[in-house]
Amino acid sequence: MLEASGLECERGGRVLFRGLSFALGRGELLRIAGANGRGKTSLLRILCGLAAPAAGEVRWRGQEVGALREEYSRQLVYLGHAPALKDDLTALENLMFAWLLAGKGMPVPSDSLFQALRKLDVPMTLQVKKLSQGQRRRALLARLVLSEEQPLWLLDEPFAALDTEAARIVEDLVSAHVGRGGMVIYTSHQESRMAGREMRLDA
Amino acid sequence: MKWFWYASPQTFFPLAGTIARVCWVIAALLALAGLYIGLFVAPTDAQQGEAYRIIFIHVPAAWMSMFLYVVMAFWAALGLAFNTRLSSMMASAIAPTGALFTFIALWTGSLWGRPTWGTYWAWDARLTSELILLFLYLGFMALQAAIDDPRRADRAGALLAIVGVVNVPIIYYSVQWWNTLHQGASVSLKSSPKMASIMLTGMLIMVFAFWAYAIAAAMVRVRCVIREREA
Amino acid sequence: MLDALRGVLARDLLLALRQKSDVAVALLFFVIVASLFPLGIGAEPNLLRAIAPGVIWVAALLSSLLSLGRLFAADHADGTLEQILLGASPLGVVAAAKTLAHWLISGFPIALIAPLLALQYDLDASLYGVLALSLLLGTPVLSLIGAIGAALTLGLRGGGVLLALLVLPLYVPVLIMGAGAVEMAGAGMGGQGQLLLLGAMLVVSAVFAPWAIAAALRISSE
Repeated sequence: MLEASGLECERGGRVLFRGLSFALGRGELLRIAGANGRGKTSLLRILCGLAAPAAGEVRWRGQEVGALREEYSRQLVYLGHAPALKDDLTALENLMFAWLLAGKGMPVPSDSLFQALRKLDVPMTLQVKKLSQGQRRRALLARLVLSEEQPLWLLDEPFAALDTEAARIVEDLVSAHVGRGGMVIYTSHQESRMAGREMRLDA
Repeated sequence: MKWFWYASPQTFFPLAGTIARVCWVIAALLALAGLYIGLFVAPTDAQQGEAYRIIFIHVPAAWMSMFLYVVMAFWAALGLAFNTRLSSMMASAIAPTGALFTFIALWTGSLWGRPTWGTYWAWDARLTSELILLFLYLGFMALQAAIDDPRRADRAGALLAIVGVVNVPIIYYSVQWWNTLHQGASVSLKSSPKMASIMLTGMLIMVFAFWAYAIAAAMVRVRCVIREREA
Repeated sequence: MLDALRGVLARDLLLALRQKSDVAVALLFFVIVASLFPLGIGAEPNLLRAIAPGVIWVAALLSSLLSLGRLFAADHADGTLEQILLGASPLGVVAAAKTLAHWLISGFPIALIAPLLALQYDLDASLYGVLALSLLLGTPVLSLIGAIGAALTLGLRGGGVLLALLVLPLYVPVLIMGAGAVEMAGAGMGGQGQLLLLGAMLVVSAVFAPWAIAAALRISSE
């Protein structure tokens, strides 16, 4: 379903990787490994269409991702390094906005949102600026609970700043998604217990 | 079909050098001819005396400044649409020359204004439009200078140039109207009455001289950009 | 798609509500700038009456420029802009919604309090309507054009000043027509022509600017 061929990425005059190709089908899990600065985040951003590669292309169901634009974005969830939460809104409000932005329509199912946040143990009514680092990460990851319909998940360092309990919950979410036939690509420089392919980005 | 071969910066590099050399020579010859006509052959103007002769630099420079902006926007749009590196490099190479001509137009216009109206700057419609055009050029150059990533710099500059070129007629019209509102029937730099045909010839020759100069300068600059980026 | 629009609008308005001081500061800037001119030029009533439309319009312009910095920069910094870029609605539509929110927060209040400033300048009361209307039509155009600049200069050093250099030349027609409308009305010639031109500028920029803003956002996010 997802095909990358001949991807090349350049940052600040250096070529991070070249000629990178792989294919991902339903029910597959891919871990992108490599030391910091090797281009893991850049690769993810290229895969979700935020950045264009210096060479090569990414195809979703045979069509080039750049041509698909929103059609492609609708099918994926990208959780990046950055918190992607507004400090002045509560976790619940942030999640509601993410729901609307993903085109899932009104009315917003508040119950499901409550459940998602409760599952990850995130205080719902505090403004995000009052949450701890770990709570913010979990507030962001709560989106995964609501993203069953999006086949492709692209997660950048999903386990960063999480305690073991939360990390286990995220692993369960990912495994469940893969089990349903979804596809997950994640970056991590820690080893993980989840079974799946691995691709290393080292020179 | 040969065009596409030259679309690669490497192959264009030597061609640019040749074009530059040829155009320097053409520019020098035409400039000599034009200035000779302008300074010695063209008759003294009845109303403005000798001072009007600056028109042989002012008007061609003004025309070139506007023409080059359109050319720059054209190359930029091409680079944005087809993702060709060389097109964007051309746009970046033209900008400083365009800005130079705009500045020359403003400076000579100011020098012309002194003996004609007694002031170095008059908010004449055309001078004011030239001033805004200068800001548009400088904005383009500043934006590209502020962006480190060459690809983003090319594309951001291209978008700005396209937005600019669309706005130039609107700006020009607004400034014209503003001028009539505030200055009524004051003298404008355009109001040199009937041009003797020799004056027109002189100006046209200077236009082509400036055009050849612009091409040569752009070629030299493009070679610098190519060397810098493809090293 | 409409839901995403409403969502973006609601979010930005809610954020403005929670950061009221930002909004108030921009308005205060408008008032302060307009108040500076008499201090610099002298408070001769005829002079003030003559320069009032221009001064108020320039103050509105500068104030709009100041608040543009907030339009995308905050979202860019905390990563929410990426999520917006990956949203399910066409980016141009979302960009239009954000610009609309921006105008409601900064441009619209300016149009409302402008008559107060006109009072300071002893502008004829019959001109208040034209002044407010010109600003009502013109400030959205300023927001739209300014948003293109804000999107292009995302995350760049020299940010605010560079934005001003890029955007102020493009503001010139709006300034000329806006202030001109009031001056024409003051001279007894109606000013409808200028208002119509402002309206035309508004329509054209409302149709085309969102796509330029979207393209600029994509270019800046690579």
